[in-house]
Order: sequence, then structure tokens, then C-alpha cells
Amino acid sequence: MDTLTVDTSRRQFLKLTGLLAIGFSLPGQANSVLNKVEPVAAELELTPFILLTKEGKITIFNTSPDMGQGTWQSVPSLLAEELEVSLTDVEIRQTAGLAKHRMQFSGGSSSIRAQWEPLRKAGAAAREMLTQAAANTWKVPVSECYAKEGKIYHKPSNKSLSYGELVEQASKLEVPKEPKLKDPKDFKILGKVLPRPDVPSKTNGTALFGLDAKVPGMLYASIQRCPVIHGKVVSVDDAETKKIPGVKKVLRAERKMPHKTVETVAVLAENYWAALQGRKALKIQWDNTGYDKISTDNYYAKLRQAAKEPGNELKGKKGDVDKALATASKKLEAQYETPFAAHAMIEPENAIAWVQGDKVEIWAPNQSPDWLIGQASEYLKIPKDNVKVNTYFMGGSFGRKAYFDFIMEAINLSKQANAPVKVIWTREDDITQGPYRPGMLDALRGGLDANGKVIAFEHKVIGESIQGQTNKKDFSQTADDWMHEVISEEDSPYAIPNRREATKVISTDIPIVWWRSVYSSTNAFGHECFVDELAHAAKKDPLVFRQEMLHEAPRFVNVLNYLAEKAQYKLKPTSNQAMGIAIARSFGSIAAYAITVSKAGKGIKINKIVGVIDLGMTVNPDNVKAQTEGNVVMGLSAALKPGITFKNGQCEQTNYHQYSVLRMNEVPPIEIHVMPSTEKPSGAGEPGLPPVAPALCNAIFNLTGKRIRKLPFDMDMI
Amino acid sequence: MASFTLSINNQSHTVDVDPQMPLLWVIRDFVGLTGTKFGCGMALCGACTVHLDGNPIRSCSTPISVVQSGQKITTIEGISTNTDHPVQLAWIEEQVPQCGYCQSGQIMSAVALLKSNPNPTDDDIDAAMSGNICRCGTYPRIRKAIKRAAKQAQDKSGQTTPVQKTSYK
Repeated sequence: MDTLTVDTSRRQFLKLTGLLAIGFSLPGQANSVLNKVEPVAAELELTPFILLTKEGKITIFNTSPDMGQGTWQSVPSLLAEELEVSLTDVEIRQTAGLAKHRMQFSGGSSSIRAQWEPLRKAGAAAREMLTQAAANTWKVPVSECYAKEGKIYHKPSNKSLSYGELVEQASKLEVPKEPKLKDPKDFKILGKVLPRPDVPSKTNGTALFGLDAKVPGMLYASIQRCPVIHGKVVSVDDAETKKIPGVKKVLRAERKMPHKTVETVAVLAENYWAALQGRKALKIQWDNTGYDKISTDNYYAKLRQAAKEPGNELKGKKGDVDKALATASKKLEAQYETPFAAHAMIEPENAIAWVQGDKVEIWAPNQSPDWLIGQASEYLKIPKDNVKVNTYFMGGSFGRKAYFDFIMEAINLSKQANAPVKVIWTREDDITQGPYRPGMLDALRGGLDANGKVIAFEHKVIGESIQGQTNKKDFSQTADDWMHEVISEEDSPYAIPNRREATKVISTDIPIVWWRSVYSSTNAFGHECFVDELAHAAKKDPLVFRQEMLHEAPRFVNVLNYLAEKAQYKLKPTSNQAMGIAIARSFGSIAAYAITVSKAGKGIKINKIVGVIDLGMTVNPDNVKAQTEGNVVMGLSAALKPGITFKNGQCEQTNYHQYSVLRMNEVPPIEIHVMPSTEKPSGAGEPGLPPVAPALCNAIFNLTGKRIRKLPFDMDMI
Repeated sequence: MASFTLSINNQSHTVDVDPQMPLLWVIRDFVGLTGTKFGCGMALCGACTVHLDGNPIRSCSTPISVVQSGQKITTIEGISTNTDHPVQLAWIEEQVPQCGYCQSGQIMSAVALLKSNPNPTDDDIDAAMSGNICRCGTYPRIRKAIKRAAKQAQDKSGQTTPVQKTSYK
């Protein structure tokens, strides 16, 4: 998702003067989420991302649905900066997946790094068209005109025309192909700490999430899926269900996942509570044959077996690891294990679909309206133009709401019931049904020469392939190229003459998918803990050891130096305290932590976490801090709280009492520093997570001498 | 089914529902106030927190039939008319919400805390707020916002503290 082109020379739009915008529901606005098609003031499209009315109303589109990462501000800011308007003077709308808006996707920490230039160009093109229109009106050279705060000014005379006054004429002009972008030193929005426009609505109950969407006449559905994952329905006794007031229908249905479609039973009712009670009253006989042996214990046993094999090499092999190890004066070998993890965002999966003939309209929290249009059209075998998507704020997602099984469930039920249907998952559905971050095993080998220099390093990633499940890709003969995150030489530029990265895919029927930072979150644990193991074996301070090996990667060294300064780095600050560090690059950004721990009773306590992140230029550095704080909390939950386990085909955790996450009383002081930078922007939403667990475990080793190689672990039991 | 008359945000609402129906679904699906959220259904996450006579309760696990006649329910929509409750203002100044989904519950817990304890310590905040999960991890900012709201409520002279430029000490 690194490349994105936005065609700003869209000749056809110039002819669309007087184009009527179709109103659709907006997160944070209006209570009705009806499919309202009402005439509004004529909105003229200067580019597909900017609409203006003659009355002066400015509308800017957000192309990346907001799940809490701040795109409701950051994406429109790219346009507003170049258009010379403040975000407080515009209406922000979420795009609806239409092709003219190109990539509409939140994921892979891609929103800003992919759209930094294309969307700024779109804003600049609109600005130049308005400027030209003013120059034409005044019959003055365009060089004498400039844009400021929604107006074009004529410098010599100081007269001005508003964008509204100019829009009709501007819309008839050719869209400049290569508009001039602003010099970053003139930025008024980008790189500044400005309040997010969605925040007030998230303090007074008016922000609209998927769960809040309503369509008149809709039925609520609660769906029973087999407790043994993938089990089949043999028979359904719904006699008790149908006695519950409000229950309308009981339907055999399906859950379509990329790798499997499973049978389900849905109860449709006038209200959600009735649907849920009806579901609980169902008596279903299931056939679990073939699935009742699925267990995470079996899966990990296979991973450990596979760790003995060489695996398929990722690109970037250097030298000969085996040969170098044979000559090493010290050899180290270790395996690191990470658990399956649930996204467990607080807003559970939910969606409304209304299938009418060969058309469908969807109201749902989702990370990508254009993907959703594609998948819905494929599922119903209807043209993409017949799918309409209304995207809401997501009450958290972390990858989950880019996996559309729950939306396809609503489509399937709406088609059968011939009515709009709202599907709401329970928390138990969310925790027990997946998909999850895959549990992984990382096998590492390393060798030091007599001077303590690392001469060989091998990292093998073993476990299920996300691409394998979601895209049916076969990695039996080749490496899974998604698994390179954090460990490839680009992401981990430790100067080591012989290095090798490999993957070994072991499949499982447990549904898996991307989870915040994807393989980076699991890869970094083994990778950065093992670097620490090598440092100790070389009898070197882990910070100095890294600085020396990263001497050809100045941005890494700068991050480490900045971290050391901010954290007042000292391996052993006091006899009862120790610090641990880790650094990882993912999604183009470098993040590093120094974590201080101390002994507390029988266990360990985290005293403080100091972090540095370098992601180039930022849109809102305060939001980058917020994202990184959140990544620390989520990374600690993934390290310290229970993972997902399966036994006899069933998930052993059901709700937040068993799949617990960090709470207020468990959060240590967190201090995040954003590296000032003029480099191109890279990812913000995920890179803060991967180095959390290894920094913590490295700190614990420095304090206790105990090396933790399996997550999660209990800090009270060290 | 049974008829219940509820006082929600000082307005009277009569609904005809299953007496076992949790207050959460009555508020969301029958009264139409959607600021109160569903998260877990087991009083584990706090997203559904509302006030019953000023005290925070988990509406997902409170059957409507346990609400006594005359008891006052307050939801996020009822704590201010203009998003100007000191807790809301502090939340905005500290830019607390990320996804925002849990924040109605967080704010309701914080409002109740500050009402009973106008100057809470960190331990008080831990005790009052640990029933509310935030999966985005906004806890550090929630803590700061509660302290800011406490300070502002005490500062009767009326000057609003300027927006903090997030300097972490």
C-alpha cells in the first residue's frame, strides 16, 4: 500500500457543473441514517475530494475510515493545508467506496504515507484553479494572486473573492497536472498540534458508530455459530425460541470467511434483546467431526517440530550463516513463542444490510468501503455499482473490521428475510469466533567471534500465514513475504555479515487475520530479545551493542541516542531497578522503548516506559503520541494478559474476564517523544507496538537474569 | 411484557418491554439514546455506564425491572446541554478519545467519581475507573483529564486553563 496515484486531471468532472451530491450518513452528525437522497445546495467538484457551493460551503472527504487512529483529522488535513482553509471551516465526509476516490482503506499504517502527496496535490490543484479563476475575473496576472483562509487575494490591490464566488468559474478550468505544493515551512495545519474535529462528538454521545445505525423496519439478528469452530448444523429445534415475544424468524444461515464458510442459525427479532433470548433458547445439534481435535497445544507442537527444518528463505540473505556459525567462538540458539490474540475492540462486530432485488445497501463500521463493495458484489454476484456502503466510526478495530464475515452475515440474512437486518455479535461471539492474530514461534540462531562481534544471525518465523488464509496463497515452496516485517535487513539493519531470514508456514483451521502491527508484533519479540541475548553473550551494554551494529543506519542511531537521553539510560539505575531497551522498524517508522522495572513483592513492577518514535513528518504530533501511548498499552496487554487458546475445537476464553486487557490501575507512567523530522511521513498507527514486549523482557532480564521467551507471562510469577 | 415509566435525563419515557431486558437496550433501542454503548453484556467493560440517582451502574447487566419508580437515570446525553460539563471540557482539552466508543462510559464513571470525591488521588482514580476498559489505551489521558476537571471545578474564579500542549513529565 505504498503507492497511490490520484488522477487530478479529471477532465470529465469539469463538465459536471451543478452536480448534486448524494447525502449519506456522516459519523458524528445527524441522527437519521436513512438512505436520504435530498437535494442540497449545488456542490461543485473541483477534485473528487473537494466540493464547494456558491454559498461558500466547503466539503472535504476523508478516504480512510476512522477507527481511533485519527484519520478523520489527518486525511482531510492534507487537502485543507493545500486548499488554504482551516478544518474548522469545512464539513468532513467519509467517502462511500466510489472508484473516483481511489484507495479508501485504513490499514497497514498507510493512510498518511500513501496519501501525503496525492491528496496534497488534489488540494493544491483546487487552490490553483480558484486562483486562476480570480486572476481571470480581475484580468490580472495569476502571479499577483494568492490563496488565504478560503479566499483569493489580489496582492497589489488587496481585493479578494471568496471560494464560493469563484467556484463556478474555477470548475470550468483544466485541473493542473502538477500543481505546486506548499513548502513545509509554510504549513499551517500539517505538523501542528490541533484539536481533532471528532473529539467533541466523542464526549457527548453524538458520534455515530456502526452500532448506532438504524434503518426503519430493520430486524435485529443474533447468530448462533457452532461452539466447536467450523462444526456443522445437524438439526434445529426452535420451538422455545418462537415463543419469545418479538422473535420473527429463525433462519439457517452462514458465516463466510475467506478460508471457510460455516453453517449458522440466526434468530431475527423486533429488538436485539428478543433476538438474543431467542438464540439462547435454540436447541441445535451440531456435527463436530473433524474439528473437535483442533487445539492450540497441537498447533504449537507442530511449530516446534517445524523449527527443526530450514524453512523458505526470505529475500535478502547475506553470506552463509551455517558456515559462519561453524567458526563462531560463541553460538546461541533460542525459540520465542507468542500467543493467538483477539482484537477485542469494545464495539463488537455489527452491520446492517438491506438486499433489495439485485441491489444492496450496507451500514457498517468497516476499514475499507471500496474493499467492502468488491466483496459484497462478489458474494451476491451483482455489479459493484449495485452496492452502496455507509461507513461509520469504528469503536476500535485494530484490523478486525477489515475482515467482513459479519457484514456478509447481514447480507445473507437480509436476502433471506427480505428486510433490512442488523447483525450484532456478542462479546462471546467476538472472543470465541476469531479471527485472531496467529500464534507464532520464532527460532533464532546467532554466533559471535572471539571479539564479541556478531558474525551470524538467523531468524525463522514459524506459524500460520495470514495471506494463506485470506488470499489462499500457497507458501509450501516459497517464503511468506508478509513475515519479513521487523526482521528484514531494511527493518533491522544490524551490520552482520551472515544473515538469513526464513519462514515456515504451518496451517491451522483457527481463523486468523491481521492484528495491530500484524507479524511485526510477534517478530519483534524474538528478534529484539535475541539481539539482547547476543549483547549479554558479548558482555556488552545492550544499548552500545546496538549502536555499534547500527552504525550504518543513522536514523536508528538517532532514535537510540534520543531515547538514551530522554530515558536517562542506565542499565542498572539502582540495585533494585533495571532498564531494558528494544528498537524496531515497521510500516516505515522506527520506534524504541526504554522500560524501567523493579522488584515488587514476589514479582516485578514496571516503573516507567519512555518511548521515541521517528515517523518522518507528522500531521499532528500529539495524535502520534496518543497512538504510541495506545500501542504501549496494547503491547503490554499482549505481553501480560492471557492469549487465545483452543481445546477440543473450542476457544477457552469467552469475555473480558478471561481474555483480559490492561485496565487503568495497571498502566505505568508512559512518556512518548516524537522525533522531529523533515523526512517523508511513514506509518503512525502500528509501529509503536512491536518493541514494547521485547523492551520489557530485556529489562526483566537485566534485573533478574531470567530470560522470558514465551508470551504471555505473569509479572507476579517471575 | 410489562409497562415501565422511566425518568431519563429528566424526561419521562414509558416503554412496554420484557422485565428482564437490560436497561442498556431499553435506552438504546426503545428510548433511542445511542450514546450509551454495548461492550460485553457482563458488566466487565463499563461501556454501558449510566447513572442511577447519581451513582454509576452497568446498564447492560441491570434489568429494567430493578429500576424503582422515581429513580432518575442519567446518560451521557444528559450530563450537559452544550458539551460543557467540566469533565467533557477536560476530555476535549486533553484530546482523550481515540475511537471514542468507550468514552461515554469513561466520562460517566469520571463524573460520578468527581461528584463524590472532588479531588481524587491516583489511587482514587484507579479504584473508580478500573471497571472501564479502553482498548485504544487512552488511560494516561483519562487520568490527566480527571485531574484537570477536578482542578477546574475547584477553580471557581472561572478562568479556563488553556489547552495543554501535552508536555509529559
